[in-house]
Amino acid sequence: MKVVLQNLTKKFPGRDRKKQEYVIAVNDFNFEIPDGKLIGLLGPSGCGKSTTLNLISGLLKPTSGRIFFGEDDVTDLPPENRGIGLVFQNYALYPHLTVKKNILFPLENLKGKDKLSKSEMLEKAYAAARLVQIEELMDRKPGELSGGQQQRVAIARALVKMPRVLLLDEPLSNLDARLRLQTREEIRRIQRETKITTIFVTHDQEEAMSISDMIVVMKAGIVQQIGRPQEVYDNPANLFVARFLGTPPINVFEGQVRNHKLYIGEDEVSGIRGVENQKVWVGIRPEGFVPDENGPLCCRLSGVEVMGRDISVVSTHESSCSPAVRSIISTENRVDTEKETVRFSLKPGKVFIFHRETEERIMGELI
Amino acid sequence: MDNRVDYAKIEKTAKIRRTVINVVTYTFLALWAVMVLFPFYWMLLTSVKSYSAYNSEYIPKFFTLSPTLKNYVDAFTAVPLARYFANTVLFTVLTTAIMLVVITLAAFAFARLEFRGKNIAFLIFLSLMMIPNELVIITNFVTITDWNMRNTFPGLILPSVTSVFYIYLLKENFEQIPDSLYYAAKVDGTSDIRYLLKVMIPISKPTLITITILKVIECWNSYVWPRLITDDENYYLVSNGIQEIRENGFGRENIPAMMAAVVVISVPLIVLFLIFRKKIMAGVSRGGTKG
Amino acid sequence: MIKKKWRNSSLKGWLYLLPAILFLGVFMVYPLIDVFIYSFEEGYNSASQTFFGIGFYNYSYVLHDPYFLQALKNTFILVIITVPLSTGIALLISVGLSSIKALKNLFQTVYFLPYVTNTLAVGLVFMILFKKTAYSDGLINLMITWFGGNAVDFIDGPYWAKMFVLCFYTIWVVMPFKILILTSALASVNEDYYKAARVDGTSKLRTFMRITLPMISPMIFYLIITGFIGAFKAYSDAVALFGTNLNAAEMNTIVGYVYDMLYGDSGGYPSFASAAAILLFAIVLTITCINLLISRKNVHY
Repeated sequence: MKVVLQNLTKKFPGRDRKKQEYVIAVNDFNFEIPDGKLIGLLGPSGCGKSTTLNLISGLLKPTSGRIFFGEDDVTDLPPENRGIGLVFQNYALYPHLTVKKNILFPLENLKGKDKLSKSEMLEKAYAAARLVQIEELMDRKPGELSGGQQQRVAIARALVKMPRVLLLDEPLSNLDARLRLQTREEIRRIQRETKITTIFVTHDQEEAMSISDMIVVMKAGIVQQIGRPQEVYDNPANLFVARFLGTPPINVFEGQVRNHKLYIGEDEVSGIRGVENQKVWVGIRPEGFVPDENGPLCCRLSGVEVMGRDISVVSTHESSCSPAVRSIISTENRVDTEKETVRFSLKPGKVFIFHRETEERIMGELI
Repeated sequence: MDNRVDYAKIEKTAKIRRTVINVVTYTFLALWAVMVLFPFYWMLLTSVKSYSAYNSEYIPKFFTLSPTLKNYVDAFTAVPLARYFANTVLFTVLTTAIMLVVITLAAFAFARLEFRGKNIAFLIFLSLMMIPNELVIITNFVTITDWNMRNTFPGLILPSVTSVFYIYLLKENFEQIPDSLYYAAKVDGTSDIRYLLKVMIPISKPTLITITILKVIECWNSYVWPRLITDDENYYLVSNGIQEIRENGFGRENIPAMMAAVVVISVPLIVLFLIFRKKIMAGVSRGGTKG
Repeated sequence: MIKKKWRNSSLKGWLYLLPAILFLGVFMVYPLIDVFIYSFEEGYNSASQTFFGIGFYNYSYVLHDPYFLQALKNTFILVIITVPLSTGIALLISVGLSSIKALKNLFQTVYFLPYVTNTLAVGLVFMILFKKTAYSDGLINLMITWFGGNAVDFIDGPYWAKMFVLCFYTIWVVMPFKILILTSALASVNEDYYKAARVDGTSKLRTFMRITLPMISPMIFYLIITGFIGAFKAYSDAVALFGTNLNAAEMNTIVGYVYDMLYGDSGGYPSFASAAAILLFAIVLTITCINLLISRKNVHY
């Protein structure tokens, strides 16, 4: 099922009721989620991603704008009529019911022509349980399960009615690191098997990047960029997106463009085409550095961390916006740790420049 | 596009249902509110009706056009209402004050001090919480009578100056104060009593206030014990006073004056409640039952 | 040296406890033992403080006393009517309260008022509302006649009418506490459960029966247990409505019987009072135990 958001806006009344001020949680969203894909809504806390999810689920009503599931305008439909499955951050499993009863719960609500017989319900419940691999836990209560198992039960409960759209609110944030890795693969697999359009919310960029078909990066109620994870990573629309994606994060320097040349501090690092003279931010991905005796960028070396496959070089540069410049280089390269400085040349595709004030990406070709 | 029509219909029925549910809910809630408020309204109304007007209304009227304060004057002059009032205030203040001292000391001992037999003593205290007042009141009545304390304030006050429940509540609160504060104070050479007065009591003020309010309510409304222990009007509390007024007060039929007295003794607590609404409700939900 | 210090600090602890121990010992522990002794002392004379035997006579007397049986009957009727009714209505009101936003605070404040009023004083107002006198049938009777009924004297009239007023007033008095407890129990249920239920299209009724009720069941049982205990100890509500001579009004309660035996026109029999009080608590204890057994089976987690 395709999901389309059209000019979607949600305002909340501000703290001070008398002032009639509003907090805009979601500001004029427009995007189309293709059928059968896994979409990650990504952003720092308070960016409006959960509000967006609640708008899609129908738990919140938008202030303006429309929501379509396929061709149906569902904007004013109550959640129960939208055909969605929702998984909560804390799972919201009913503690007094067994796993089986939890999964059966949505089915028992069906009325009229949709009503199922007892055996049909059980069949569906077991099918959902099989899908998330919890069949052997059906008679336990949620309190007796681990976090990961609870998560699976919650997904099974959301899937048992075969929703048109599956929504997951921070599905992994209550799990420990090891389970997180495992569960995200699990979500990917379940989504592939069911082919249900799935939207999940997360603040963890790695999580979103690793399993999504498409990510939507948000900040302060405004969509920053939409695209396939790799596309967004390789082509960030602005400084915020560039900084938000990638670990270790992108290195940002104060720089300027003068006469078709790009400077970081006083180092001329590259030629550039198509950009007028101005002050800019220069973002360089950690993997964009190549150690080079004659490279244009000179940094003060502060440490080298060998991480098996890669080497992480930590250095400083006076034009850097953060105290440390982090670069990742492959072990084939050698860095002389005895020296005080290290020189790098840069990979053109890993260097982005941004406007000093608007922080929007400036498209220019490094030569 | 048949689907759209369908959705519009679902939307509409959902809306209508919500409205109906809302109307039913508010009507029901308002109904109970009237049930609660009506007796208060009636007592205020009756208290300002004149004696003759009240008695001539075979069908009671819901309002009065000629309110009078004479009943209030009667309430204070014809019966010693002021005396009952003063007694109750004295009783309430003394009982609450002594109780606060007793329970604070005990709670401090349990929460902060280490001494032999503490755990067993606390266990015995806890088990005392289950003993109902009605079971011990008989002997207490005999004890106070034997001590010749009937119709005295000590006789009224002494049996109710300890509460195991409040000791427990306060002890729990004291225990939440980090130990490091105590050790810091010890290092500075602070004595235990000074630490209790200067650190623990100020920190636990919210709980102490809650306890105080609950005890004041309890004292103000106490009826059974004062009834047993006093038969001299000079020592009546408001509850006994009102019963006395009812039985031999203004002559049985002066209901407006009776209502004036009822208003007078109800007002202090209602005012207290309106001021400390949140505290009182929080305190009660933490463990107060009426009576 | 160390030993001495230890003894000192031990002494200090007990010193802080002393006032509490003193008061509790005299007014709680001693009476508790004493009340059992009293209840077995036959023919105790409070004037001469003598008795002439030990045995079950006091119990037997009390159990054969028509006033006690009347009190027992009244108390049981009161308990059976008021506990379920007040808990049920309080639940309805709390559910209503937690589903609204506007006026919620106002309603909560109003509903709590009876808790802070003097039971005796407001009981007088109820008496006036329900009483039929020579001058007036009273407001309630007026309303009854509006609907075509016949006026009844609820205060000095037939037994059922008096019992009705007593139950009504009791419910009115205990309601604030129950509403308060249930409202906060309802508020503590995680909002996500309701959202999950809504997304699944669960009807309001089903959400309430299958989610809300089980979640707040511990609090409901707490209220039922304390409600039983409280109602068994009913007394001042009855005094407020019917005056101190409850035996004459046929409206005495067990606690009322205890006090009447102790003091007043028929007083001076602490032995009978003790026996009656112990009987009362045997009943309360039994019922509480039964309640706890039932609740263990039905309360979730």
